[in-house]
Amino acid sequence: MNHLIKLALMVLVANVLLASSCKKTKDEFDKSQLASLSIEFDNIVGGQNLMLNTGSYTNSSNEEFSVSMLQYYVSNIKLKRTDGVEFTVPQDSSYFLIRENNAATRYAKLKVPEGEYSSLSFVLGVDSLRSTMDLSLRKGVLDPAGGMEDGMYWGWTMGYIFFKLEGNSALAPVDPTGARKFRYHIGGFGNGQINNIKTVTVDLTAGGIAKVRKERQSNIHLMVDVAKFFGGTQQVSIAAHPSVMFSTFSTQVANNFNGMFRHDHTEN
Amino acid sequence: MHVKHWIVIAALISLCACSRKVMDAFASFERPAHFPEPAYRFSTNEITAEKFELGKKLFYETKLSRDNTISCGTCHIQTAGFTHHGHDVSHGIEDRLGKRNSPSVSNMAWSKSFFWDGGVTDLDLQPIVPITNPVEMDETIPNVLQKLRAHPDYPKLFKRAFGSEEINTERLMKALSQFMVMLVSADSKYDRVIHKTGEQFSPEEQQGFQLFQQHCGSCHKEPLFTDESFRNNGIGIGYNGDEGRATVTLNEADKYKFKVPSLRNLSYTGPYMHDGRFLTLEAVLEHYAKRVKDVQNLDPALKQSGVLGIPLTAAEQSNIIAFLKTLNDPKFISNKKFAEQ
Repeated sequence: MNHLIKLALMVLVANVLLASSCKKTKDEFDKSQLASLSIEFDNIVGGQNLMLNTGSYTNSSNEEFSVSMLQYYVSNIKLKRTDGVEFTVPQDSSYFLIRENNAATRYAKLKVPEGEYSSLSFVLGVDSLRSTMDLSLRKGVLDPAGGMEDGMYWGWTMGYIFFKLEGNSALAPVDPTGARKFRYHIGGFGNGQINNIKTVTVDLTAGGIAKVRKERQSNIHLMVDVAKFFGGTQQVSIAAHPSVMFSTFSTQVANNFNGMFRHDHTEN
Repeated sequence: MHVKHWIVIAALISLCACSRKVMDAFASFERPAHFPEPAYRFSTNEITAEKFELGKKLFYETKLSRDNTISCGTCHIQTAGFTHHGHDVSHGIEDRLGKRNSPSVSNMAWSKSFFWDGGVTDLDLQPIVPITNPVEMDETIPNVLQKLRAHPDYPKLFKRAFGSEEINTERLMKALSQFMVMLVSADSKYDRVIHKTGEQFSPEEQQGFQLFQQHCGSCHKEPLFTDESFRNNGIGIGYNGDEGRATVTLNEADKYKFKVPSLRNLSYTGPYMHDGRFLTLEAVLEHYAKRVKDVQNLDPALKQSGVLGIPLTAAEQSNIIAFLKTLNDPKFISNKKFAEQ
């Protein structure tokens, strides 16, 4: 008799466990039903669209400038469903290099489970773990070979340049070629004193949640404002800081990153 | 059933025989008995004869530089223990001068960091620095890959090593790593004495060995003769103001610290220090005995009980040098396996 009761109890407990685990899978994502979602990084300067070389802008220090290069890494993307459950994009397919001079790179194209998403987060840069992985796991945009001047890797400190903004301004000092260039190369994954890895979170509720369905192509349209790079929590004056690279000041510049990203709208 | 067993056993035996044969033809990486476990990640880059040979060819390949004049071997000469003997700092492309003395490429498999400042901690990523440095090879990796793809031999050699003709960053770097980790120097007189092969230190060398262990061995730790740490040895700021370790950590406490170099093959690798300021071992010993400067971040080992430097008489200094010369490995610097073909 005693044994029977024990057995019944065990079955009951097992059932409860089973039920809760079922419920859990229901809460999680159906990964067999993946659909397309893109995140668009639309680079602007204040109220103007960003035009490489030809556009002329004024920053918050009242300095006139033009932009010749803008590129940055976006990685480790996570999406939160309206019920609060979070989906992490598989890391191997979660590294993007957004380059203003190449229109095709403005979209981070993802495959995510169907659902309604109201929040998005990503790392601006490359996480420290990936920064020290074997070369076989660092292909494509993570290839340390990079390119010529537009390379995004510092060989001597073994780190990716997370964010690169270059341009011209009369306020920048003249170089031997006669140009007046400013250069902001921000990186540092914490192998030395500086860690400029920033996580950016964007709420989609006001601008429109993303309704991801198989037969649709949902696109989250973000604005990335270069004006906020110069005038965020830290004022970055071209005259005072025409070149910021691997230095302690770069950590203050990196604090402006979060403010650069805002959600404009979602195309469902 | 029994027959099957025998077939399996026979197959296993023949497999062993096969691999044995390959091993005979190509002696792969082997850890000397008195060396610690290597730091290099062999699991993602298993040594093979084909990859090693490719790595060697690449090490001596001048196409790695912008104007096709400089190879790795230009500043890392085998007869000089893979350093740039006779040069305080090395000159690279168009005779542009670097800012540091070219370090020895040997026993790299045990190295946890590279360069005088330790900025790189993965050997596979090390070659990017000299290749892209404007005063060394001044080239880009994409250009190097392009030149190798267009070369009459390399696609075939990459296929032999990696299974297909594709030439990419990973393959280039891993082939170079194969050559570098195979540069093991562990057959000096010191090694043979340690191994109790019957060879003995002379009385001077023996005395020098004891003094070395007492005064030098905490930083120049046996058997690699470096503890891989970064220290300021009181030589004073160099002519070019090189801040050493601090350039990669941005840490004030790391200013003017440099990696403790190995002392193996010392007779072939002069001049000494990160900027090659000392031309002879006598000058180095004299520095430690008499000329240590009380500078920012001076290593505490060089200022014990308020006394600067290491108290050593002239005779003691010369005995230490006698011992240091037992770290020379003539077979290493003349081994044809590592020479340019």
